[in-house]
Amino acid sequence: MANPQLNSGNPRVDIEYRRKKSAEEMRHHVVSFALMIFLTLIAFAAVAIKGFSAWFIVPFILLLAVVQVIFQLYYFMHMSHKGHEAPSMFLYSGVLVGAITILAFSTIIWW
Amino acid sequence: MHAEDKLTYETWPAEPEKSTLEAKNKFLGFWFFLGGETVLFASLFATYLALKDKVPDTTHHLAKDIFELPLTFVATMLLLTSSLTSVYAMYHMKNFNAKKMNLWLIITLLLGAAFLVLEIYEFNHYVHEYHHTFTSSAFGSAFYTLVGFHGGHVAFGLLWITTLIIRNAKRGLDLYNAPKFYVASLYWHFIDVVWVFIFTVVYLMGMVG
Repeated sequence: MANPQLNSGNPRVDIEYRRKKSAEEMRHHVVSFALMIFLTLIAFAAVAIKGFSAWFIVPFILLLAVVQVIFQLYYFMHMSHKGHEAPSMFLYSGVLVGAITILAFSTIIWW
Repeated sequence: MHAEDKLTYETWPAEPEKSTLEAKNKFLGFWFFLGGETVLFASLFATYLALKDKVPDTTHHLAKDIFELPLTFVATMLLLTSSLTSVYAMYHMKNFNAKKMNLWLIITLLLGAAFLVLEIYEFNHYVHEYHHTFTSSAFGSAFYTLVGFHGGHVAFGLLWITTLIIRNAKRGLDLYNAPKFYVASLYWHFIDVVWVFIFTVVYLMGMVG
């Protein structure tokens, strides 16, 4: 079994425990979805209300995007679960290379 | 466990996406691919940022002239909701309920298709209203490459999930196809991750100026 700690020896008990666990997890997913929608609304509102300066809005909406992506990765894509050490390494290596590329392109290329 | 095992509701493992050696390899390999995709999209974002509003003369429209909030907002809601529906599909996969999994996957496909239709309308609108094309300026090239690449990923995801549903329609769930569904849902979430940065960096930051 993939989850030995869930094994009580009685398959009926195990299955009910697991069902409860995954139903609970599904509720967490719905909550994180609501939060993601909320963050999106704030980002769109910040741009729609034409009162803020670009110096404030740009870092602000980028921060909202990063938070939303963390929800997506750790909850929807289950990176918060055990056994995601290698996936984290792959993803963060990609993020590191990507960040350097973006930094280079937006600073040293024709300024 | 083996991919050929005939499983029931009681014997279905807690993590069917990682219960066989093939599934473990698939899981690992797919995350490696997503790491590569991150670099690919980061490069396209970097190119877009470097070439944004780089147009040959004043007759060309800039980002702040062509983008519209309502269209981007609807597209964002469609894709974000499709991410949740694919979570529902994986929830039913873990509960060994192939029928409900397929139902939620079909809802995901419909939302994804609606997103794609909206994007085609949007590109068509830019070309005809603003003469903002792939070859009109460096800005146009960078924009259509980045957003179009994402749209291409959505189109590929639609084909992929459709194929999985048709191929496994009469088979039900087993340890052979559960990892395939799981990996496809990871891909779908990744498309949404990329879109979050597209609507922020391209559309919202474009409208800010």
